[in-house]
Order: sequence, then structure tokens, then C-alpha cells
Amino acid sequence: MDTASTREYAGKKILELGATNPDLCVVGADLNKSTFTNLFAEKYPDRFFDVGIAEQNMVNIAAGLAASGKIPIVSTFAVFGSTRPMDQLRVGVAQSNLNVKVILTHAGLITGEDGISAQSLEDISLFLSLHSFSVLVPSDAYEAQAAVELAVNTPGPFYIRLSRPETPVLNHENIQLQQGGSNVMVNGSNISIFACGYMVYHAIEAAKILKEQHGISARVVNIYSLNPIDKSIIIKCAKESQFILTAEEHFKYGGLHSLISQIVAQNNPVKVLSVSMNTYAESGTSDELINKYGLNFNSIVEKVLANLS
Amino acid sequence: MNINEINELAKNIRIDILTMTSNANSGHPGGSLSSADILAVLYGNILKYDSKNPKWEDRDRFILSKAHACPVLYAALAENGYFDTSELLTFRKLNSRLQGHSHIKTPGVEMSGGSLGQGLSFGVGVALSARLDEKNYKTYVLLGDGELNEGQNWEAIMTAKKYELGNLVAIVDKNGIQNDRFTHEVMDLNPLPEKWKSFGWECFEVDGHDTESLIQVFQSVNFENPIPKVIIADTIKGKGVSFMENNPDFHGKAANPEQLKQAIAEINNQ
Repeated sequence: MDTASTREYAGKKILELGATNPDLCVVGADLNKSTFTNLFAEKYPDRFFDVGIAEQNMVNIAAGLAASGKIPIVSTFAVFGSTRPMDQLRVGVAQSNLNVKVILTHAGLITGEDGISAQSLEDISLFLSLHSFSVLVPSDAYEAQAAVELAVNTPGPFYIRLSRPETPVLNHENIQLQQGGSNVMVNGSNISIFACGYMVYHAIEAAKILKEQHGISARVVNIYSLNPIDKSIIIKCAKESQFILTAEEHFKYGGLHSLISQIVAQNNPVKVLSVSMNTYAESGTSDELINKYGLNFNSIVEKVLANLS
Repeated sequence: MNINEINELAKNIRIDILTMTSNANSGHPGGSLSSADILAVLYGNILKYDSKNPKWEDRDRFILSKAHACPVLYAALAENGYFDTSELLTFRKLNSRLQGHSHIKTPGVEMSGGSLGQGLSFGVGVALSARLDEKNYKTYVLLGDGELNEGQNWEAIMTAKKYELGNLVAIVDKNGIQNDRFTHEVMDLNPLPEKWKSFGWECFEVDGHDTESLIQVFQSVNFENPIPKVIIADTIKGKGVSFMENNPDFHGKAANPEQLKQAIAEINNQ
């Protein structure tokens, strides 16, 4: 299967949009080579600001640019761009509904060898709690490009969550995303799996195994927009499925599982199972980590089989 | 405005501050009163603005980083035509545009605040926008001295120097008192001018209650010089009201009705 880097494709899209959108700016914090915003910086040095290792400052500078009509992108690692400037994101951006695009890379467990300080497992929860932020979790590099385009062309604050390593390519290169949209990647009738980001790949692989080895028909929904969220597909799945399973590269609380569970509970209660993180992890390769901590298709298959009646 | 008109404006701003905080039975009169002369000079003589067109794109930007002192800003805006002074009595009330900490929903308010240390970074972003748009407007950011405890200020101070933001003016309302105690007891900032200078800023010091000196120092700023400027204004917390002056108790407490009468009488006799 082909793989590609979500952060690299996002960086190339930011560069591309810079040509047609003179208001687009980037504010970085000394990780611009890693986030690929250095591509924009080299082409548009006047619209690129590197504030050094100072994420709080980065966010409020972006707020000032946005309040003056610019479309600023702030970009760093997910661990540094979420927990550290949360106060600035809350008071400085969200409470004024400013047009700031927060594009964070190296999210989730598969960040790998740098260990628990670098593995962002809280960011979805944090950005969902910032009431006015739209939250997008692209499943592959093409969706990452589309997410950047959607965010830049839509007024208001956005969070886009990207990965460090290359991840499997699941979509066509011209895929378009919509606020509150979702994509059914695999049709199925017995159960439904909701996944976001890298876990969409594992959900698709799990559905194949369930079908081929166990004769179970599992629908896979790529729920790339978490705020706003496609309630109709969730309610439809709740009505048509024996149970729902959510898969996310994030802590169980406050992320995808919490979000889907709330909607299911208020509309059509069925069991909602979770494949997610329940502890801080450790250093290791991406593959070693997802296997040890159960964030892979095997875990999804096992959980489905254990709960089928 | 001439100097007499500015002094009259400062008086009215002080009475507004006392009246609106007392009416709300909450708010921060001390740090509002210490900034009153600074805002009277800015809104009376220095800033370019159109109160009937608050979003005029060439306006100078005044950013209140110490957003708990919003009564002084609301008073300056109302006294200069952004909205009616009667609206000041809605301060901190349900359905009001005048929030307990300033928010951009109020005409003339440039930034939502309430968590200290964010305004100078925001001002850097605004000043960078002016440069990108080739606009001549200036950006002024009012900071509290206690607020300088927040490390983010020093990140912004370095950034403004790096980007040679000659169009950015920080003002420190150095009233010497923060929430709990005197600033030198909580976290001593001295020597403050040397700190700013060592970060590459041009530093001015002024008596923050001498309106003539304030006008002179604001007018002396050379915006062609591509380094950011800071004006450290020595002020007295609670200035103008005898029982509030230099009294940490009135950082975040309003006058009761009896105290309000006395306070207004004192202001009117000055």
C-alpha cells in the first residue's frame, strides 16, 4: 500500500495557497522544517514569522494578524501547540472567534521514539472543548491537503491534526472535505466502526478481516470532522448496527469515543465500544507501539468478535 | 484637544470609572484610575480614530492588555462618542456589551482580554499586519506592571525587536500594586527601564499623571526609527481618590455608595 506524509502534503498545500491568497501568513515556533511550513517561508518570507520556541506568543501574534484581516496559520508539534498555549487559544482566539488556523503535526502515539512527552493524546479533547474551533482529523495525506484548503477558505478558528510518519493513502488525490462531513469507506450492515486519522486505515483493514475470516459485515465511517460532526450518519449507524465501535489515536476520554457516545446516548442508545489509549505509553517504533498498546486492526477485530451476540 | 480639555476628560473618565464600578458593585477601580490620564491623553490628543466608524481601517489601534482595567477604556470610549455614557451603567450586567473584562463585542475594543500577558503579542501581530498592508497606523498596548510577571511579555518583547516594529508602542502603567500586594514584594521588576533597554527597546519614562508630559512623550516618538518603543508611566493606583490611592484593597473592590459620594466630591474639587 502506498504511504504519504500528512504533514508534508499539508505544507505543500499551504505553499500552494500562498500564491492565490495574499492574506495567508504563517507563524512558526522553530519547528518549521518538521512541519513543512519552511516551504512557505522560503517562498513568502515577508508573510512568515518565526517567533522562536514561544508557542503562547505565537498564538496571540496570530490572533493580532487575524484581527487585522490576515489569515494566519500557526504550526508546530501537537504537544506544543495544544497544552502549552491553551489559555491563549481560549481567551485570545476562541472567545473572539478569530480566523486563526492551528495546524499541528506529530500528533498521537505513532510519533514514536520521542516518548510520552511528544505523543499527543489529549489534543482532540482540548480543541473540542474550545467551543468555537472547527476540528478536522484527516485520514491520509490527500485529506490533509483538503483539510488545509477547507480551513483557509472558511472563516473562523480551525484545528487540523496531522501525524509524524507517513501513513497509508486511502483516498483519491482530489478528495474534498466539508465541515461536518464524513465518508463511508466500507459499507456494512452488522456493526459500524467510526474512526478518525490514522485509525481509519486500521478500521478498513479490520473490516476486511471481519468479512473474509468471520463473515461479519462492518461499516467503516471516516469521521474526519469532529466539530461540527455529522450527527445524521451516527444516528443512522446507531439504528442499523448491533453496536458501534470507535477507533482513535487518543485518550478515551474527551475524544471521538466521548463525542459519538453523547450523540448515540441522546438519540438511539446502543453499545459504543472503544479502541483508544488508556495510559501513557513509552518510546518505541510506531509499529511496536500500536501493537503493544492495541491501536491496530487486530484489536478492533478482537473487540468486535468479543461483543457480537 | 487642549490641555484643559484633556484634564477635564480625565476627570470625567475618573467619575465614570467610580460610578460604573460602584453601580456594578464589582470591578477594578484602582488600576483603572491609575490609567485615566494616559487614556485621556491618548483619546484626547494622540490616537487617530473615528468613533462613528470604529472599524475604520486606518485607525490607530489601542490594545488594553490589562483588561481588568476596562472601566477606564469604556469611559474613554463613551466620553469620545463610541457609545452613550448612559450605557456605562450596564457594565457587568446581563445582556450588556460592557463585559467584566474587555471583549471585542464592544465598539472600539480591539482585543478580548482577561488573562494577563497576551496583549503585547497581539499588538505584535497587529503591527506586523500594518507593515504587510503598508498602512501608517500605529499600535499602542497598555500593560500593567504586575502583568509583566507573565513570561509571555518577554517573548513578545524579543519578537518586536526582531521584526523592528517601530510602529509599536508599549505603555506600562507602573502603579506598583498588583492583586495581593505591592509589586516589589510579589515579584520585583526593578530596574524596569534597564530590562526593556537590554531587550533592544527605546525606553521613555514619564509621570503618568502629568498630562502635559504625557503629550510631550507621545509626540516625541519617532516612528521612523525601526525599533519598538516603551513608555514607562509612573502612576499611583487609585489616583484621585484619597482612600483608594496606593491602597491594594481597591485593586478589585468597588466603592460603596457612601464612598462613591466622597470620591466624586474629591475628583470634582481637583
